[in-house]
Amino acid sequence: MFQFDFDIILKTLPYLLKEGMVFTLTLTALAALGGLVLGTLLALMRLSTLPGIALFATGYVNLMRSLPLVLVIFWFYFLVPYIGQAILRTERPVEVGAFASALITFTLFEAAYFSEIMRAGIQSVPKGQLSAGYALGLSYRQVMSYVVVPQALRNMLPVILTQTIVLFQDTSLVYVISITDFLGAASKVAQRDGRLIEMYLFAALVYFLISFLASLLVRRLQARTAIIR
Amino acid sequence: MSNSAAPMIEMAAVSKWYSPQFQVLKDCTTSVDRGEVVVVCGPSGSGKSTLIKCVNALEPFQAGTIRVDGINLSDPGTNLPKLRARIGMVFQHFELFPHLKITENLCLAQEKVLGRSREEAMAKGKALLERVGLSEHAEKFPGQLSGGQQQRVAIARALAMDPIAMLFDEPTSALDPEMITEVLDVMVELAREGMTMMVVTHEMGFARKVAHRVVFMDRGEIIEDRSKDEFFGSPRSDRAQLFLSKILSH
Repeated sequence: MFQFDFDIILKTLPYLLKEGMVFTLTLTALAALGGLVLGTLLALMRLSTLPGIALFATGYVNLMRSLPLVLVIFWFYFLVPYIGQAILRTERPVEVGAFASALITFTLFEAAYFSEIMRAGIQSVPKGQLSAGYALGLSYRQVMSYVVVPQALRNMLPVILTQTIVLFQDTSLVYVISITDFLGAASKVAQRDGRLIEMYLFAALVYFLISFLASLLVRRLQARTAIIR
Repeated sequence: MSNSAAPMIEMAAVSKWYSPQFQVLKDCTTSVDRGEVVVVCGPSGSGKSTLIKCVNALEPFQAGTIRVDGINLSDPGTNLPKLRARIGMVFQHFELFPHLKITENLCLAQEKVLGRSREEAMAKGKALLERVGLSEHAEKFPGQLSGGQQQRVAIARALAMDPIAMLFDEPTSALDPEMITEVLDVMVELAREGMTMMVVTHEMGFARKVAHRVVFMDRGEIIEDRSKDEFFGSPRSDRAQLFLSKILSH
């Protein structure tokens, strides 16, 4: 009969949290922030009346959304050093480091998803709001930054946060470039001590708890930030 | 370019097409003098709202010219945002910014467009809020006010920019009947103070009280453009007679 040993979790908890969870949360937060900023820009580009700009943004979004994330992570890890070399004209491939590479990848990847969310949000703002902004003398930029985007963000906040929870889970894919995130750390301990069942059960529980609690929070936040109509 | 003798708003042969087959405005020519109140009326779909939106270039038009305070809208050198900032506009559906408090609605363009300080913008906004009788609602959000209150705030927001003229696009059409008066009262007061106003409305009571001239439109054309007394006394066109008989009969 197999003997469970849950002591191993307690013993390795500091390592799991300090090495693993800190990385997972940092990557999630930074990539979500970067993806949101870049995604908003992409959404504005897609809604642009200049066909070149709109086409570029559409192409980018469709490309990113058609590729598996693992593949993108993998590609960027090997390609970014060479792209850096080409841009900076250095003799050797630029050393980016696994963390920066992962961050860039997740930011670019999430931007495609966030841009679609933001586009829906921007289009949900009634046209009369734009007219009102223009009638007051605001420029396109000002109408977007003070009138449209703040409303779009509020309307889309629940979806954006839900997407961030998905991102939190997806960060575990960094294992393909040998980065130790929370799951990676758990996995290492599991392999070293032969405690696969305990460690993977624990990891699953932690992901579930964090994601579930976060989605509960999103629901409460939604009630508080909704625009009074 | 400002010329005090010229009309504030001058439209000459303005035409607009939504598609080659569908012309919404046909050779519209009219003007609004300084201090004058012009009411634009007509059946729905006659192009009144489109016409008034052309005045501050919210709607593009393909032929003709519009001058506001002597400035030609179609001139490529015209700074449209700058010109729009000097013309107040009030919309059918109020269009207050729902994510901003009433005070922020009043201050936003004052600060971002006119470059006023927060204190200055706030003082101006509060004074205007007082004037439309809504001081106690300063810290609320638009969604917490009634339609009539929102429309009064919208008028205050436009006035905060110290406009040289005010455009009203069916300001009472989306309101419950009991709220129409409170909005019209503000507009009457404004007219009596000598504000230049162009008002698209079906409120013939308002037109009788303060309008100097009435413009009647039908199917994209200006059918009548006459002084108020002439218009109400004996509208010449059959279409205007029919229109008046329909809206004044009860």
